Amino acid sequence: MPIDIDIAHVARLARLALTEEELEGYRRQLGDILEHAAHVQDLDTSSVTPTAHPLGFVNAFRDDEVCPSLERAEVLAAAPEAREGYFVVPPALEGS
Amino acid sequence: MSVLEGWEAVIGIEVHVELLTQSKMFCGCKVGFGDEPNMNVCPTCLGLPGALPVPNRTAIEWISKIGMALNCEISETSVFHRKNYFYADLPKNYQISQFDIPVCHDGFLDVAVDGDTVRIGIERAHQEEDTGKSLHMGEGGRIHAATETLLDFNRSGVPLVEIVSKPDIRTAAQARAYAQELRNVILELDVSDAKLEEGSMRFDANISVRQEGAPEFGTKVEIKNMNSFRSLERAVAYEIERQVDEITSGGTVIQETRHWDEEAGVTHGMRTKEGSSDYRYFTEPDLVPIVIDATWQAEIRQSLPELPAERRARYADLGLDPHLAGVLAGADADLRAVFDHAVDAGADAKAAAIWITGEVTAWLRREDTAPGDSPLTGEWLAALVAMVSDSKVSASAAKDVLDGVMRGEGAPEAVAEGRDLIQISDAGAIAAAVDEVLAANPDAVERYQAGEQKVVGFLVGQVMRATQGKAEPKLVNELLREKLS
Ligand SMILES: [Zn+2]
Repeated sequence: MPIDIDIAHVARLARLALTEEELEGYRRQLGDILEHAAHVQDLDTSSVTPTAHPLGFVNAFRDDEVCPSLERAEVLAAAPEAREGYFVVPPALEGS
Repeated sequence: MSVLEGWEAVIGIEVHVELLTQSKMFCGCKVGFGDEPNMNVCPTCLGLPGALPVPNRTAIEWISKIGMALNCEISETSVFHRKNYFYADLPKNYQISQFDIPVCHDGFLDVAVDGDTVRIGIERAHQEEDTGKSLHMGEGGRIHAATETLLDFNRSGVPLVEIVSKPDIRTAAQARAYAQELRNVILELDVSDAKLEEGSMRFDANISVRQEGAPEFGTKVEIKNMNSFRSLERAVAYEIERQVDEITSGGTVIQETRHWDEEAGVTHGMRTKEGSSDYRYFTEPDLVPIVIDATWQAEIRQSLPELPAERRARYADLGLDPHLAGVLAGADADLRAVFDHAVDAGADAKAAAIWITGEVTAWLRREDTAPGDSPLTGEWLAALVAMVSDSKVSASAAKDVLDGVMRGEGAPEAVAEGRDLIQISDAGAIAAAVDEVLAANPDAVERYQAGEQKVVGFLVGQVMRATQGKAEPKLVNELLREKLS
């Protein structure tokens, strides 16, 4: 059974401007993926330990020690616009 | 506020606390407030492609401490998730956070409100990272008229703990008391400076109202931008009334985020944000799970200090009333240590507590002296308390003794002698002074014998004067009445 997807909403969340054709193509592809996931969900996993990560280890930590940061001039040189130590970007408003 | 009769508010509070670790959550950049912009940044906290996060072990220990102090269960295994959204101060376009398995869950905090203790449930406390800071530049600095945004990523990646209460709070006063007590706990744990004005502790409130006894919750509104305990209390009180007004006048409350306007004393609706399901949480593939096993948990638990509630209970056991216990529990740590030592040295707890929270605190403030710099020890405070209760010095002379002790003149006994403050409690010496005063004031004696009792006060004053205030007043009184009758 095909899964109903609001592909335009998904594209909007990812800030992707897609044409009608692209939307249709991705709807189909994403649908296939979700259908496959639905098959996996049908499997009986009651005897399988849940896993959050494919690597078989845990607790990869670092000590709380300060390391040198980057040179600010170098960092800001990579930005389209900078002033007085800040990055400058178009006005960012909540929810816009 | 009669409009509120028959209504009940249901309030939950979300608190964000920046941990004051040396380095950031997932990289080695320095955690520092007030540095020049973009000085403490690296590929990881700038979200540059290919950079990999590595969690700070100390932050994980500190969030566990917070959870333990809030009576939470600590998840043996927990995982990080990505919370996806677009905002200029979030360079990766996702925040590393936790979703379904936070480090801490299901705890509580007991809060004293107007003499009652209210237990507020803790839903969860999870580990995440802070965002950068945006400065919206434009006409008058107003966000709506901004023409550009300046970004500083020094704060990006600072360890952030979000503590979510259960919707157990019912009044604005409880909301404030909860936030204050939570701050006291955080400060006691020494894991954050929890400064409201600098944003290292921030809170949001979720508020709904319903008719008393109604089984279901009303529509929930989120309130933001409260920068002090007072504004939290005002904002919650305002919002409760606004919602009840809305409903009783035939309207409906809509689910939204509202901004507290401190100056106007009102909340304003904001443009709606993406809903929770739109954050598209998924497990952070760059980070392996965290396992805090029983051994590690026990180690962390051992490092917990005495918490404010435990301390208040201990003081109450010593016989202090709740108010005094509360004031003393909030006193400077060095002063509390003096109190503890004084009690160990046999001082009456109540008297010692009154000295510490009253005269000692006032002296330090007056002289602009740090508690740790004062020479007052517990033994000396105990000696001072004993001198008053044994009538060796009068209550007012005891303040002079304290002054001398605080100025480094030595132990209380030495100061009392040095400043000539020891009371005369030798009946013979006082009797001589009484006789002199009676001989010098025959008219007063006559008036007393004619039934004018209050003249005794005058005579006591004369004896005190004759002894330079050092006679023990009780003894003077006794001797006077004896000789007059
Ligand atoms: Zn960094």
